[in-house]
Amino acid sequence: MRTYVSPNYQAAARPGRTARHPVVVAGGGMVGLTIALDLARRGISVVVLNAAATVGAGSRAICMAKRSLEIFDRLDVGARMLDKGVTWSRGEVLFHDRPVYRFDLLAEAGHHFPAFVNLQQYYVEEYLVDACRASARVDLRWQHRVVAVAPDADAVTLTVETPEGPYRLTADWLLACDGAHSTIRAALGLDFVGQVFRDRFLIADVVMDAAFPPVRRFWFHPPFHPDGSVLLHRQPDHLWRIDFQLGAEADPEIERDPARVRARVAAMLGPGVRFEIEWISVYTFRCRRLERFRHGRILFLGDAAHQVSPFGARGGNAGVQDADNLGWKLAAVLHGTAPERLLDSYDAERGPANDEDILHSTRSTDFITPKSEAARAYRDAVLELAGRYAFARGLVNSGRLSRPAVLVGSPLNTDDDAAWDGGVPPGAVAIDAPVGGTGWLLERLNRAPGFALLRFAAPDEADLPDVETIFITPEPQAGAAHDHAGLVAHRYAAVAGDAILVRPDQHVAARWHRFDALAIVAARDRALARAAPSRERSHGKA
Amino acid sequence: MARLDTSPRLDDPDALFAALMEVHRGLSPDASRRLDARLILLLANHIGDAAILAEAIAAARAAGDDG
Ligand SMILES: Cc1cc2nc3c(=O)[nH]c(=O)nc-3n(C[C@H](O)[C@H](O)[C@H](O)COP(=O)(O)OP(=O)(O)OC[C@H]3O[C@@H](n4cnc5c(N)ncnc54)[C@H](O)[C@@H]3O)c2cc1C
Repeated sequence: MRTYVSPNYQAAARPGRTARHPVVVAGGGMVGLTIALDLARRGISVVVLNAAATVGAGSRAICMAKRSLEIFDRLDVGARMLDKGVTWSRGEVLFHDRPVYRFDLLAEAGHHFPAFVNLQQYYVEEYLVDACRASARVDLRWQHRVVAVAPDADAVTLTVETPEGPYRLTADWLLACDGAHSTIRAALGLDFVGQVFRDRFLIADVVMDAAFPPVRRFWFHPPFHPDGSVLLHRQPDHLWRIDFQLGAEADPEIERDPARVRARVAAMLGPGVRFEIEWISVYTFRCRRLERFRHGRILFLGDAAHQVSPFGARGGNAGVQDADNLGWKLAAVLHGTAPERLLDSYDAERGPANDEDILHSTRSTDFITPKSEAARAYRDAVLELAGRYAFARGLVNSGRLSRPAVLVGSPLNTDDDAAWDGGVPPGAVAIDAPVGGTGWLLERLNRAPGFALLRFAAPDEADLPDVETIFITPEPQAGAAHDHAGLVAHRYAAVAGDAILVRPDQHVAARWHRFDALAIVAARDRALARAAPSRERSHGKA
Repeated sequence: MARLDTSPRLDDPDALFAALMEVHRGLSPDASRRLDARLILLLANHIGDAAILAEAIAAARAAGDDG
């Protein structure tokens, strides 16, 4: 049985002359497609070059985090993913055959999107491709492989290979989204800093009719696989992801043998369970990144810029946040509403955010694959204690799942000038909440593609340049979003009179306990890097 | 700044030492190592103060380096 047939996209014709484009995206994986679509929505025409003739092979990234879904929703593909995907928020960790730890990533109601949806990466890419094809601003070129890059001060010239032969094109801005083996990174001779792990893992995607609940299950040393860990995830189409830790000595050729994989799966499922194997992959992983994500007119996103282990589902979800962070900035530069240095903030913001992903992912990997006898003893000690003592459960690390980055210390933030009791601080992403009849706050923000001001007040005439005001009121009122459950005020720790400035990527830029048009305009200008960066706030890397 | 109390505080040091010997009796090296790890984790949680724990970790390391 095959649950998925990859679409066959036609190779694009080779253009006759060397054209110049404002933005060229190299790579049409989930990250390249996301930024192409985002730029198109912001009025920028984009050429996407993709070496492949179809979406990525194998399910790969299956866990789409809440923030990614919210970003996809802004691009009008979120609902399709939510419909098709398997929604989950709970996880269970077992040691031998005993549950030792359970967690719920989103225990509270009142959010449009769940903590996670499991959806095979090929579906995510296919839905993004469909949306790109429906956009007049995205020129998607299949089977166009970038083979050489020549950057200079005001443009980047690319050499591209197609089935009809090579051609050149010139880009004002090149977005390198060409994955872990990035041609562009290699062409520029850039190195990764970080760690390579030796442990091998085996993924088997298995079709079966099983009645397991949609819970992420993680076993340490289960009876059916005593030498390592096992991770089980449910996907749509009766497909299950099973991930076996094989150790550093495993031979990938032998481990890929379908008969051997069948035996491992059969031991796990027990006698009498019928299943078919759909995809097998033996992999190792790395936790590392480029030192800088911007190199002049070339910006790196997704796996081309950074890689993590799969534990925590941080790879693809980080890449989608990269795209979300860069899209509005590049659009503002191209529209002439922000200076070029705004693009440096992409590195200043996504660098630390990716460091955090790498840190969590490395820690999870160290817990799952202990590298010394002492590490192994502590790991097992934690698991032995966790069954009995709540304190030890917090130490169990089977993957700390992707959370939206908080852009702490970003040069684009305006610090609070008064005390706030919690809420959403500058740098954090806007939190969803129900508003109006059956609507959502983020849905309302999606309809304000630029800067938006959440004003906890009755609608008035106050007009702000290039900032759309969204009035929020506790009672229904014409022209305002009705905070009927009180959750907007609660989640933002806001009282009547407060104002919160939200960037186009829905991160909070600034907030006040008053309405002060001058302060709002100044904060907007800072978030657009219009104000010259002052010394003590600059976060550039040496 | 030092907050880790390294002054003598045990009423009966010999009894503590004997109890530790007793609990490890007959265990394999692996099992002993896990037992020590469980003990350290229980005590670390009891102390609960990251600064004191960091000091204790550094002190344990330093005492071994001198020897
Ligand atoms: C087993 C596994 C499980 C994972 N699980 C998760 C998960 O649950 N959640 C999660 O968020 N992430 C997960 N990840 C990580 C996730 O798959 C990656 O982070 C994600 O694919 C990165 O997307 P990307 O667009 O940057 O790169 P890719 O998906 O690698 O796409 C690169 C694109 O560039 C194209 N390309 C390459 N070279 C060229 C060239 N020279 N010219 C033109 N085009 C080119 C390719 O055809 C492709 O379209 C997992 C990864 C693996 C391997």
